[in-house]
Amino acid sequence: MTAKETKLPKKAAPIAADPAWASVMSARKEDRPQARDYIEKLFHGVFEVRGDQCMGDDEAIVTAVAWFETYPVTIIGQQKGHTLEERMRCNFGMPSPEGYRKSMRALKQAEKFHRPVICLVDTPGAFCGIEAEAKGQGRVIAEHLKAMATVKTPCISIIIGEGGSGGALALSLADRLIMLENSYFSVISPEGAASILFKDSTLAAEAAKNLKLTAGDLKRFGIVDNVIREVDGYSRFHMDDSVEAVRKVIRNALKRLTTLPPDRLVEQRQQKYLNMRWQ
Amino acid sequence: MNLFTETIEQVTPNIEEQSSPLDILRCTRCGRDLVSEVVLAGDATCPYCGNLFRQPAYRRIEAIVDSGSFIEIERETEAGDPLSFPGYRTKLEKERAKSKMQEGVVIGKATIKGQRTALAVMDSYFMMGSMGTVVGQKIVILAEFALCNRLPLVIFCASGGARMQEGVLSLMQMSRTTIALARHSAAGLLHVNVLTHPTTGGVTASFAMQGDITLAEPGALIGFAGPRVIEQTMRDKLPEGFQSAEYLDEHGFVDRIVERRDMRETLASLLALHNAGHIETAEQGVRR
Repeated sequence: MTAKETKLPKKAAPIAADPAWASVMSARKEDRPQARDYIEKLFHGVFEVRGDQCMGDDEAIVTAVAWFETYPVTIIGQQKGHTLEERMRCNFGMPSPEGYRKSMRALKQAEKFHRPVICLVDTPGAFCGIEAEAKGQGRVIAEHLKAMATVKTPCISIIIGEGGSGGALALSLADRLIMLENSYFSVISPEGAASILFKDSTLAAEAAKNLKLTAGDLKRFGIVDNVIREVDGYSRFHMDDSVEAVRKVIRNALKRLTTLPPDRLVEQRQQKYLNMRWQ
Repeated sequence: MNLFTETIEQVTPNIEEQSSPLDILRCTRCGRDLVSEVVLAGDATCPYCGNLFRQPAYRRIEAIVDSGSFIEIERETEAGDPLSFPGYRTKLEKERAKSKMQEGVVIGKATIKGQRTALAVMDSYFMMGSMGTVVGQKIVILAEFALCNRLPLVIFCASGGARMQEGVLSLMQMSRTTIALARHSAAGLLHVNVLTHPTTGGVTASFAMQGDITLAEPGALIGFAGPRVIEQTMRDKLPEGFQSAEYLDEHGFVDRIVERRDMRETLASLLALHNAGHIETAEQGVRR
């Protein structure tokens, strides 16, 4: 028997059994609800705001102004796309600097008009291409983080699918962080971790388990405030019950956050993160 | 030159020592082998071609600050193993033994040509300067210390990015350092970054790119994604000099590329420029 043949059955077992890997797979499913699906269900009177007014428009990030019940809100969502054509237009949900600049533009307007911000996080990671680097991908994520750390309006961030590293983190520094049950949030893709640590990217399931990237793990670490149950067979064609749960969490969070004076809100957000210590 | 080669042989009597990266340095530019102890005790520059090596944190501090002025804080803080990540504890022990450091960053206060400043120096010889909970926390503590004492902040960045073995907790350090530095900045205080080889990943995407002034060392690799990751994504060779300090300078992300021998002078003059307007408030703000 060759080495390959002996290895295969060994790997197959933990993949099916491990809940962390199951979450990662579920978060990546093609028919999983994406930002635009949630926008359609949760908000009305949606007006999409496009372009970074500098270089172009990045469809991996959708920004819009809309109504959430009685609140005018700003929406910032990462969109991966369902069909192949849409996925290509959205660069498979990997934002470029243009996308993060557009998002910062939306944050500024939200602050100006005292609109709460709702972020929908779903990206395998920020785009790793030559152009993105040349346009300052690192710089723009750093600026986006700072913008979210200081913006004087309520921010609620919901991880709806993939929370891939810095590209996802940029949109998740918020007053409330919410995760869907089968989303994940990780410092590196399980494949990346496996190829660096185990020198074998096919051991991604094992890496996923060790990275502690599930919604349950993040709740235990105190990073996530709410985890939203997904109904069986959760997909964009079957999402209503969970959307109602998301709606309820947003409504409750807004009720609280909108009563706080902006300076106290920002102070509270900053202290929440400064008080996160694990060592 | 013969003398130099002989020294190398004397210093490396067995294979075990040879395998340690701290014993022999091969110059990446001219290809000569150098004795690391000799090179790193100086300014970590190749005596033949002037190429810069990664400089250990304490050597860098010695070279930058006024003699005897550096007071370290939080020296003993050690990383735990919050995720119980396989092999991490052993890895940490090895790194500590090898680098004689507790973690990937040294923080404290010092004077540079008489200018008081808070100072953080990352050390790429400790787990490639990766940012886990301790590195993040030390940057947070330093930013808060600088804020309380109304001190400017100089950070020498050197990092492979967020530390994988601490998972999402490492990622959170990007948010935490961002917040601590935003608070420091909001008080009207100066933050100077010096980007050294290599500055990548989560550190680039957070505090390394949030300074008022961004300096870089010649030839330093600076980027968000590492070159290998980009090559895999693009399935193409990267252009020469891509993500070098000079490339960033051309693209408008760096204020000045500073030679190592000019660093102390440059920092001192920047600190003096930004201190001048704040003499009175600085005096009022001093609590220690």
